[in-house]
Formats: sequence, C-alpha cells, structure tokens
Amino acid sequence: MKYKTDVVVIGGGAAGMAAAYRAKKEGVDVILLERDEDTGGVLNQCIHNGFGLQYFKKDLTGPEFKEYAKERLEDIEILFGTYVLEVRNDRTIIFVDRRGIHEIETKALVMATGARERHFNSLPVPGKRITGVFTAGLAQRFINLENLKPGSKAVILGSGDIGLIMARRLTLEGIKVEAVLEIMPYPGGLERNVQQCLKDFGIPLYLSHTVTAIEGDRRLEKVIAAQVDYKWDPIPGTEKEFEVDTLITSVGLIPQTKPVDFVETDPGFLVSNTNQTSEDWIFAAGNCTVIFDLVDYVAKEGEKAGKYAAMYAKGEYKKGKKVKVRKGENIGVIHPIYIDPTQESTLYIRVSKVFDRANIKVLPLDVEVIEDEARPPEMIVVKLKPFDENIDEIEVMADELISKLG
Amino acid sequence: MIFLIAVIGGGIVGTLIARELNKYVEDVWLFEAKTNFGMGVTKSNSAILHGGYDDPPGSLRAQLCYKGNQLYTQLQKELNFDLKRVGSHVVAIEDEETKYIYELVKKAEKNGVKEVRVVEKLELLEMEKNINPKAKRSLFCEIAGIFDPWIVAMQAAKSVRINGGRTLIKKRLVEVEKKNGKFLLRFQDKSEYFADLVINAAGLFADDVAKLFGDEVPEIFPVKGEYFLLSKDFQYVNSTIFPVPTGISKGCLVLPTVDGGFLVGPNANRVLSKYDTATTREGLNEIREKGTKLVPNLNFRRHLVKTFAGLRPETEKKDFHIDVGKSGAIHVSGIRSPGLTAAPAIAKYVVEYLIQEKIGMNLYKRENYIPEIEKTPHLIHIDRNEWNDIIQKDPDAGEMICHCNKVTKKEIIDAIKNGARTLDDIKFMTRASFGECQGGFCTAKILKILAEYTGRDPREINQNEDGSWIVNAKVRI
Repeated sequence: MKYKTDVVVIGGGAAGMAAAYRAKKEGVDVILLERDEDTGGVLNQCIHNGFGLQYFKKDLTGPEFKEYAKERLEDIEILFGTYVLEVRNDRTIIFVDRRGIHEIETKALVMATGARERHFNSLPVPGKRITGVFTAGLAQRFINLENLKPGSKAVILGSGDIGLIMARRLTLEGIKVEAVLEIMPYPGGLERNVQQCLKDFGIPLYLSHTVTAIEGDRRLEKVIAAQVDYKWDPIPGTEKEFEVDTLITSVGLIPQTKPVDFVETDPGFLVSNTNQTSEDWIFAAGNCTVIFDLVDYVAKEGEKAGKYAAMYAKGEYKKGKKVKVRKGENIGVIHPIYIDPTQESTLYIRVSKVFDRANIKVLPLDVEVIEDEARPPEMIVVKLKPFDENIDEIEVMADELISKLG
Repeated sequence: MIFLIAVIGGGIVGTLIARELNKYVEDVWLFEAKTNFGMGVTKSNSAILHGGYDDPPGSLRAQLCYKGNQLYTQLQKELNFDLKRVGSHVVAIEDEETKYIYELVKKAEKNGVKEVRVVEKLELLEMEKNINPKAKRSLFCEIAGIFDPWIVAMQAAKSVRINGGRTLIKKRLVEVEKKNGKFLLRFQDKSEYFADLVINAAGLFADDVAKLFGDEVPEIFPVKGEYFLLSKDFQYVNSTIFPVPTGISKGCLVLPTVDGGFLVGPNANRVLSKYDTATTREGLNEIREKGTKLVPNLNFRRHLVKTFAGLRPETEKKDFHIDVGKSGAIHVSGIRSPGLTAAPAIAKYVVEYLIQEKIGMNLYKRENYIPEIEKTPHLIHIDRNEWNDIIQKDPDAGEMICHCNKVTKKEIIDAIKNGARTLDDIKFMTRASFGECQGGFCTAKILKILAEYTGRDPREINQNEDGSWIVNAKVRI
C-alpha cells in the first residue's frame, strides 16, 4: 500500500507519542509507526511510579503515563505491528507489517526509536556462555508482562535506575537480591531510587565493584565480583563470591538509530535545539539522540521535534543555522551539540564528577547556573534564549563553587 | 535383513558422511549427543573455507582441504546455505615476515592450489583499507570463503531425513558390544541399536568413542580458541585477514562473518577439559592485542557483540586420522583445522576409499536419491515483491520478531516445524537473537512462540542442553 503524509513519526514511545501529538496540533497530517501492538514502548513494563511529575504534573506509573499521552492521539493514524525496513533520502519510508510491504511519501520525519540495553556479553567478562544472565529490561518484561520469574537468587550489576528498580521488583516477587554492584564510586541512578529501592529493603550496594567472572555448567551458579581501582581494573584479593542463579545487568543504554544510516550520529542522532539532524527533513528526539534520565524530558523533546517537523513540512522552518556546543571542563554529556541561535534552546547536561555545589557556565553567553550536589547520573537543565547569530561556538563548563566567605 | 549404518557424531563431518552414505544406503542412522547438529566443534571456530595452500604438503590435511574447498561449490547448491568466497590475505607486517609469503607460494604449488597470488603493499591497502598500514605484502587466495558451518550440518542432517535415513539427538554413546557380527550400540538414555557398520565422527570425543570399540586412535587434546564477535556497524575488512602464522596455529585473524559481522580470534591454548569453553581474561587480552596489530582501528568498546570460545580436537601429529579400526569400525578423528573445509572431501574419502576400496564393500548409488533440499529463505534478503506475496499467504511473514537480524515470526515457526525446540535451535537456525542486543528484545517473544507451537510451558524450554533453563516459576499462579 502507498501512503502520503506530512510528518511520519517512527516509534510510539514517550518521545514519539509527544511528537505525533504536537505535529498534529500544528495542523499537519501525521502517521505514527509503532512496532508493538500498543504505544508506550518500555513504559508499559515500568509499573512503578515516579513518571510525569514535570510533564503531566502528576506522579504516574509507566502505563498511566502512556495512557495520558495516548489520550491525545485520538485523531492520529497509528500503524501498529510495523517494522521500518528503509528510510530513503528521497523522503520515502518502507515498512513491513502483517498486511505486506508498504511505502510512505512524507515531507518530514521524526525518529523516536529509543534505545536498547547494552548486553553483558559485550562487556567482556570471562566465562562460559550460560543461561541466567538477563538485561534488566528483559527480566522486567518477564516479571511484569509475561508472569514469569527469571530465577530464585540474583545479583544486579549496575546501579542505574533500571537496575535499582529491578532490585526492588525482584525482592517483592520473592527473588532474593544478594547485591547490587556499581563500577563507579557513586550510584548510577537517581538518589530517590537508591533510597526507595535499596536502602528501604536492606539490599547491599557495593560501589567501585564489578563482575570479574561468571561460573556454572549450563545455568549460572556463581557470580564473582571484585573491587576496582580508578582504571576499573579489579584489585586482587578483593573478590567476593555470590552463589546465585541469576545475574541482572543494567550496564548502559545505546541509542537506536537504525535504519537511518545517512545522518550524523555519535552514537545517537546528533541534533540541534530544534531536534533537526544533519538531514534537514529528519528530526529526532528522546533516547535515540542521547540517554535521558527522566521520561518527562523525553516527552518535552518529542513535542519540540514534532513542532519543528510540522513547521518544516509547512515550509515555516528550513535548515537552521548551527552553532556548535562544546563540552568544556567537567562536562560528561551535553545535549544538543548544535544550536540554531534564532530559536530558544534547552541544554541537558551531565557533569563528569560529583560536585558539592557546581557552578555551570555557558560561554561566551552570560549564563550561569548553580546546582547543589550535582552528580553525573542526574541531568541538569539549562534554558537559553535566542542569541547573537555571529557567535560561532558556545562552551559549557562546570566547576566547584567555592564560597567567597569561607 | 536390513543393512544399517550408524554414524556417531552430528557435527559437520558426521552429517556429511551420513549424507554421502545415504546416496548409496537408505538406512543410515545419525546419532548426536547434543540437542542439535553442528553444536560442538563445528559451531565455535573461525567458520572459514580455507584455500588449502598452507597445510603441510603430503599430509592428509593437504590432500583433503583443497579438494573439500572445490566440493563446496556443488554442496552449497544442493544444501542451500550461504557461502561467500570473499578471499583471504596472509599479511606480512614485519620485514622478516615478507619472505614467508614466498614460502607459502611454494607450499601452495606443492598442494596443487593455483588460485593464489602475491599482492604488494599498494594494492593490498587498496583492497583492505583498515589493515595495518605497515603491511608489506600478502598472499591472496581468491577461493577462500566464509559460511556458517552449523547450517551445513543441520541441512545435511535434514537431507538424510528426506532421503530415508534417521537423525537422532541427545544420543550419547556409552557402550559398544560386538554381537553376531553386528555392533550393539548402547546410549546414555538406555536405548540400544544394532548396526552393521559404524563410523565414529565424534569430534573432540572421537578418541573416547574409539576406545568403546576397543580401538586406538591418536589421543585428542582440546585446544581452546577465543573470539570477539563485532557488530555489522563498521566494515572493518572485506576478506579474511591472517597474520603470518606461528608454529601452533594459523594465528589470530580478523574476518567478516557471512551475515555481516566480524570475528577477531582465535588464540590457541591447550586446556584440560573437553567441556572448558569459558573465555579468560588473559585470552581475551591476547586476541585484542593481536587483532589490533592486523587492524589497528578495531573498536571493541563500541562494536563488541559477544565473546566466545571453542575447542579444537588436536593430536600430537597435527593431522587427521581417518582409518578402519581393528574392530571394523571407521574412526574419523583428529579433525582439527581445516576440518570444516575438508569435511565434504573427508565424507568421500570415507565412503569411496575406506568403505568401497579398503573394506571392499560394494555400494550402488540409489536411483531415488534427492540431493537438493530447500531452506526457508531469510526474508529480509529476498526480493521485496516476492516477500510481499509470501505475506499475503502467511501474515506471520510480515511480523518482525528479531529486530537486529530482522527475523520474522514465520521464519521462527518454520524452524520449529523443522525440529527447533530450544532457544539456541532458533538462534542458530534463523539468527534471531544473534545480533547486537543479544536477545534483549526478542527472547521473551521467542520463548512465547516456542511454548505455543511446541505445546510446552515456558519453564520447560531450555537455551540448549538440559539444565540450561530460562525461567523457573510464575509470578502469580
């Protein structure tokens, strides 16, 4: 079948739903392509709360957040069970579903394809390839959606939010969590999750620790962990053994950019503050650009991508000027890395170390933000007004604010 | 009375021998200890079709490797598997290595391999843009190739089934008795079978199996080879890149896999156990370093999919041992590299030379034998119109289950119809869950499909062997 539309959104997760909603609101035709039978993506299996505090001003579970976002999609054409085979630079999109292979001719595209979990197999930890090693997302899917338990006793590697949430989830289902291991000297997830998911349940968190080997004949029998030095090398003599049948890993998310392979990526789509990629008709938002810590940011970015994609389709927004955003001292992640200075922008920043009080500066603009207890896992948001088009580059940096009185 | 031939071992060698015999004799029974064919030595190696230029002239290896390479052209047509003759380079980087390239030319000549040529630096760096720019020259062999060896074993086993033979899994041979001129084979699951002729192709365990017949073959010791599998995201090399070899092995290679990924490895370390397939910290560091010498820009952090280790069945004399034992059983043992390449030639050697000439058995080709078998095509690779037509008849062909390797529900159901019962069966038959996410997205879906189409509970489904369970309980009863 052949379709024709103004804006195609690929991916019906938090970013894609927001993009489709906003593009439609701008008065253009929208088609949303979703590979599952429902929108929401990973939200559907995130049955805990804490979603939507900023975006919907409500404390929601993942499925509730999905329902709120979905309600706004009533008059949008959503094609479920679709898999995009090809995005061509002549602005056609080829996809397959249970009805056949189809083609869409569009004016603009929003990529909202999310991320995948880095797998334990790619770390690389020595040992046999045995069963019992699950990514946190797969374990979560088994428990929350498939009604199946992935084992009886577990160790969790990685204290990112998914790892922390899973520690609590496993405990609630009677799976004993022996330890959560984190290679960094600080927890990888939000402070509230460390408290509510580990401390409240008495689950030990080992910082500066990693898995050095797994053992077992066919199913996992033992996880060996050790403390690491500043280079992440295991320190001999610090080994700990855990007799468990399950290892849950939460060791990072990787932005998914396929099947678009002709725009700039590293590893996610490199976009500007208008969510435009290096191809002016393709916009991108959410975890396929950079990994966000809150779904609220993802939805806001999705809306913005939808707005600019619709404006592009209507001919109201063209290829924006690009001012490079440089990562200065003590900055781990900066997003976006380009700014169209004629438009407002939101910078998402991760510092690269822990600060008591961070002073974040955007140079040469006269913007300074002070952030108490800044930690790499938590994104700091800085808003910028449109600025002088003659500036070629801006730089974001952070340093410890030393009290002038002290 | 039925004349029954038993083949012990369903790796690439055993399955191809069974298939070769099946061209003459209907009652060929193939016994495999694991849960599928090609899951032992056949599965975990470099998966290369060698050119045959570097085996010691006069060895059985040299005699069968080049011949095997040639036989693959026909075999590929009949068994319908992917084979890409991408060629191979043996690359000299250091000054002292360059003369070795000319030694290889002489060796190739002695082995009767004509399809080699010396490639000088400029052309080499043109052909392979990512190899070490210090490379001086290489020996290029255009008939070298890459393929998935386990697919050949699975397809050969299927071919045996289609032509009236039997293929059995989970059959570990534990005892052999000679009774009324026949072999009585006893298996671990207490089953027993009589056979008139037995071929032992038990891979790593061929020496142990020979002992069950009271025969002696050279002792097999396992040599571990470790590998990195890298994703399709960056085209590191176009052909198989060998270093100049050391005495122990052909060295650590960098090569493309048939479905677009890349392998770096192996090393070669003798280990004690025939079950020790664990990767080691030292081993992975070793191949990382050696691989980077060949291709300096290898990015393990970004492109690593997984690591794995395989065992090679090595013997002291480092050559195949293929002969009739005192008991009358035929032992095909010591099938180390280039065993995959030689396999079709080994099958002919066993049937045409050992059985017909040496034992003197008269065999006649069956007129009703069907050499060609079909294979469900990987839909992502066929013509889009053709795929669309398939979806019109079967909507499952339009439902994508594995996003990394683009495998549809139809392909998974077809694999189940062809005998898949475990997650590894699905993985190795269809490539679903073989990609970058390593099953993060599709494992739950595949488990569900397997449960539904085989009428089992997900708790009963294993990754591969018994004991490799995935889930063990329900959250709510």
